[in-house]
Amino acid sequence: MSEEQIKDLEKQFEERIARDEKIEPKDWMPEKYRQTHIRQMSQHAHSEIVGMLPEGNWISRAPTLRRKVALLAKVQDEAGHGLYLYSACETLGISRDELYEQLHSGKAKYSSIFNYPTVSWADMGAVGWLVDGAAIINQVPLCSTSYGPYARAMVRVCKEESFHQRQGFEIMLKLANGTPEQKDMAQDALNRWWWPSLMMLGPTDAESVHTEQSMKWKLKRKSNDDLRQQFIDQTVPQAELIGLTIPDPDLKWNEERGSYDFGEINWDEFWQVVKGHGPMNKERMKARVGAWEGGEWVRDAAMAHADKKVERKTKQAI
Amino acid sequence: MSTKNWPLWEVFVRSKNGLEHRHFGSLHAADAEMALENARDVYTRRNEGVSIWVVESKNITASNPEHNGELFEPAQDKVYRHPTFYELPDEVKYM
Repeated sequence: MSEEQIKDLEKQFEERIARDEKIEPKDWMPEKYRQTHIRQMSQHAHSEIVGMLPEGNWISRAPTLRRKVALLAKVQDEAGHGLYLYSACETLGISRDELYEQLHSGKAKYSSIFNYPTVSWADMGAVGWLVDGAAIINQVPLCSTSYGPYARAMVRVCKEESFHQRQGFEIMLKLANGTPEQKDMAQDALNRWWWPSLMMLGPTDAESVHTEQSMKWKLKRKSNDDLRQQFIDQTVPQAELIGLTIPDPDLKWNEERGSYDFGEINWDEFWQVVKGHGPMNKERMKARVGAWEGGEWVRDAAMAHADKKVERKTKQAI
Repeated sequence: MSTKNWPLWEVFVRSKNGLEHRHFGSLHAADAEMALENARDVYTRRNEGVSIWVVESKNITASNPEHNGELFEPAQDKVYRHPTFYELPDEVKYM
């Protein structure tokens, strides 16, 4: 194709998206669109998969059977969400093995929030309430993104995710109304998870490199700072309701803006964790790669069994 | 490194009797039986279905959107296939 023809196709492509038409796997698309989507969708899938690890840590020690079945169901959902997203990503012509290889080699990123440790049961509450809460704010706009398979996967994810946040908040509510020790536990978890949750919504608009292009492709409908403000405004009253204190001395209602003003975020910490120096980066990758390598014989055995069955059938037919 | 990767399967689910099977997504599995079991766990954790079909993705033949012109245009100028094409006096009832 000549350069001019490609320019023409690109123009038609942008117009289709502007008209809210969806792009489907076999449609022509600019290479940059394909690459950007592979990057974002795989990061999203990896986050779901790695996101199982901090919570898996507490399944065997959940305080009651009710809490245990709920946590188990939530972790199972995350596996499911990872699988929806991986298969949506594969429609762009990358294989599942390549995607795993990118995660395991450290080439692909996942949400930095999962590099923090889950040290007490209250962390299960804080993760569900805050981390899933922030994730929902990020994900709801993606239900109408331009790439069809991604949008469809996100509709399913969002539908399932709301129980995750509610079960987390319920854990916090229960602890906050419990003994003084239990309330302290809840407050401690909030103290540790609040700032990483704010960082989870991404660098400030001034620092965010992909925003403009992503807005055009509807991979993003609101800027990181707007999403962060929305998260703070809806979460602060929830904390007040259960008598917990947001660990930010500068947090103040701004009557004029109709929003909360908040303190400075420690972006150095954020970039350190992104670059692999968070408290649990190495541990998470070790667990993930270990699970993949440890499962290899199972995958091979299943394939060998499937091949044998086909062979037996063919022999019988002769 | 595994010797052979699990192939890709497309999953179709009938959400209730009376409705058609609809494409829900895809997954990897060693064979059809495992694909059905995995589809149950991945796509119907909340009673979304009463029946599942799986078909290995490589067995699907798809039309090419670049040929949509010659494929679908012939239907565009055949307005006489629609009831509104036919002019009837207002007095005609039940038609």
